[in-house]
Amino acid sequence: MTNYNFSSKFKHANIFSVTLFFISIILIAFKGLNYGIDFKGGTLIELRSNNTEASSIRDVLKNMDLGDVNVKKFGKEGDFLIKVEEKGDNNKLIPEIKKNLSDSLNSDVNFRRVENVGPKVSAELLQSGIIAISLSLAAMLFYIWVRFEWQFSIGSIIALFHDVIITLGIFSLLSLEINLSIIAAVLTIVGYSMNDTVVIYDRIRENLGKFHKLDISDLANLSINETLARTIITSVTTLLALFSIFILGGEILRGFSFAMILGVLIGTYSSIFVASPILKYFKVSYKTIEKEEEKIVP
Amino acid sequence: MLNFSKINILIIYLLFIFIAVFSFLNLQNDNNQLINKKINLGLDLQGGSYLLLEINSDSLVKEKIQSKVIPIKKLLKDNEIKYKNFKINDDNLSLSIDNLEKFDLLFNSRKDNLVNPYIDNYRSHELDYTKINNNQIKISFSKFGLLTINNSALKQSIEIVRRRIDDVGTKEPTILQRGEKRILVELPGLKDPERIKALLGKTAQLNFRLVSDNNEFGTDELISENGEKLNISKRIIMSGENLVDAQPSIQNQNNEPTVSFTLDRIGAQKFGRATTDNVGKRLAIILDGEIVSAPNINEPITSGNGMISGNFTFQEATDLALLLRSGALPTPLIVVEERTVGPDLGEDSIKSGITSLIVGFILVVLFMLYKYKIFGLIANTALIANLLMLIGVLTILEATLTLPGIAGIILTVGMAVDANVLIFERIREELKTEKSIIHAFDSGYNRAKITVLDANITTLIAAIILFAFGSGPVKGFAITLGIGIITTLFTAYFLARHLTSLVVLNSKNKEIKI
Repeated sequence: MTNYNFSSKFKHANIFSVTLFFISIILIAFKGLNYGIDFKGGTLIELRSNNTEASSIRDVLKNMDLGDVNVKKFGKEGDFLIKVEEKGDNNKLIPEIKKNLSDSLNSDVNFRRVENVGPKVSAELLQSGIIAISLSLAAMLFYIWVRFEWQFSIGSIIALFHDVIITLGIFSLLSLEINLSIIAAVLTIVGYSMNDTVVIYDRIRENLGKFHKLDISDLANLSINETLARTIITSVTTLLALFSIFILGGEILRGFSFAMILGVLIGTYSSIFVASPILKYFKVSYKTIEKEEEKIVP
Repeated sequence: MLNFSKINILIIYLLFIFIAVFSFLNLQNDNNQLINKKINLGLDLQGGSYLLLEINSDSLVKEKIQSKVIPIKKLLKDNEIKYKNFKINDDNLSLSIDNLEKFDLLFNSRKDNLVNPYIDNYRSHELDYTKINNNQIKISFSKFGLLTINNSALKQSIEIVRRRIDDVGTKEPTILQRGEKRILVELPGLKDPERIKALLGKTAQLNFRLVSDNNEFGTDELISENGEKLNISKRIIMSGENLVDAQPSIQNQNNEPTVSFTLDRIGAQKFGRATTDNVGKRLAIILDGEIVSAPNINEPITSGNGMISGNFTFQEATDLALLLRSGALPTPLIVVEERTVGPDLGEDSIKSGITSLIVGFILVVLFMLYKYKIFGLIANTALIANLLMLIGVLTILEATLTLPGIAGIILTVGMAVDANVLIFERIREELKTEKSIIHAFDSGYNRAKITVLDANITTLIAAIILFAFGSGPVKGFAITLGIGIITTLFTAYFLARHLTSLVVLNSKNKEIKI
């Protein structure tokens, strides 16, 4: 078993977390999130064409009056991703864009992916994404409340909020695209971070029954140390899998795996430095779990 | 925890083998096997088109409310209720009447009410009226009246969409209702959905109307295919409903592609009468409000066979024939969401997905071997068993595998070892205080059990919510992640535990390092 003194660093960690959290909120509120077409509506075209420059694609589209047009290289040489902001439902637009590109570019154009999301559908997708994340947080709150005590439940939810907000804050800072797969990543992060927190909470609860004299900070410290090997090994294996997707899984999965990597790192940090020290503020002691036992065996 | 009865061992391994065997079904190519189950590839992996269509029933509501004008006027007249200021608006009728009580009684009667039928399953009338002031009222469709219109339009649209897509001949299309106004269409393997989109974008309302300058029914001014301005009678001689068949054909005289059609009995009669009475006049063929052509009626056509020309290419003639055969859509359809993936991108995605799965798997396996030696081998055996079972369950369910789904499998590989890590670390702790190795292993498993369950249930909750709210590819991720958790629990708690017990019990209390 390791014997690091985590509790001496709780204070610094608190300041660090709170600062990051509020910077993230400010970023999300003022810089905003870079929504992809899933949530903003519009058209996305991925094409492969050799001997083509992004500028020549831009020139073709400029003449079409499409509003905001974004062309960038995507993965391999000759692969481009075009995003077109659209005004209203316009299903004639895609064939027109395709035709203009095929006619004007000098080489063969292979349209590898075309996505179009109307304004109504994108609003619905965003709404259901927000509902899904809120619902998952609520479900976690409830599950931990049933399995542990309310103090643990509030503590774990604060840690989850911390993870989700900071992950989104980093996405805002780097202007990375938020699409459906990022929502999936955030939900998985919620599950993963909770998983980590539960393991430590479980040990804290066990130790609360064993060591009545230790105060909660020392107890948290002990429990974190006892489970540290597991925490690190699981993070390493999960990160090994995620880096494999990030590097080899292709462009489409890159945003998703990046969000997950961030989430695993932040989630592991928060289980140790947010979820555990927070119990102190709720005055958790061995009496907290004794009451529970009385409830079960009247 | 380390004692297994023979029957338990038998059940565990039989269950494992039973499920794992299914994973190998995916390797077979031919379809004539006894059990023909396979994991389906999502559109993002095999290439294809996903379209979400929405009906727009505004025009239909307008049409339906107009059809109520005559019955309502007749009802008022028959019962000597005086009315004035009768106005037809977009989705309602407004009028002033002198005897509201009498009108209410008639309008809301449930028996044999042909003007405003009572819909039994909704316990509601088709129409509603609201009082604007003293004796002025507004009549519009009730909530359920609108629902009925929407529903029947949607059902009819789905039928016609299906006919049109079947006619084009794509393989295994999926056509489903989504909500109250939408139709989901999935077309695997389709590279370019533009033709299908064009075919679905036309309602294909075909009308035959006479060209005439003055007419008791009134006229519309339309532009012909040659740019001529023509006055067209509002009276419809015959519509596309009476068509039983339409085929593209080549006219012999000038090799022009045309569409020849066959009418049903009623259509043939109507068409015969109209062409007999109007020899020498011009007949306009109107599709979705635009003139296709307006030929002269040279002689009466009574055979029930006809031909439409209109400067078509052969492709246009083929598509028009297809549209006429399938019938008209009740309302226009709008594509509100489209996602198309080309087959080569799908192939690339499969390749990169499988590569990252293999690499991720090897990395995790090597790490576990390095960390836990012999018990790492057990964890790795459990991991392989886990993968086989995961793929087996996906096969049994004939689930759809998407690119995020593959990511879910890789993530499962990374997270699955967690259960065994939790257990092994617990055993390590127990070994420090417990003298008997068997006891240490036993209580290690026992004490870690709750933690493993709690930890996995949280991820399972996230997966279930993702499955409920996610769409398409993301749903595929939720499925693999969710099933992965269940197979992980099984392999860690039954298979790996049994393998561990074999190692521990055979060691006869010699030193065991974990």
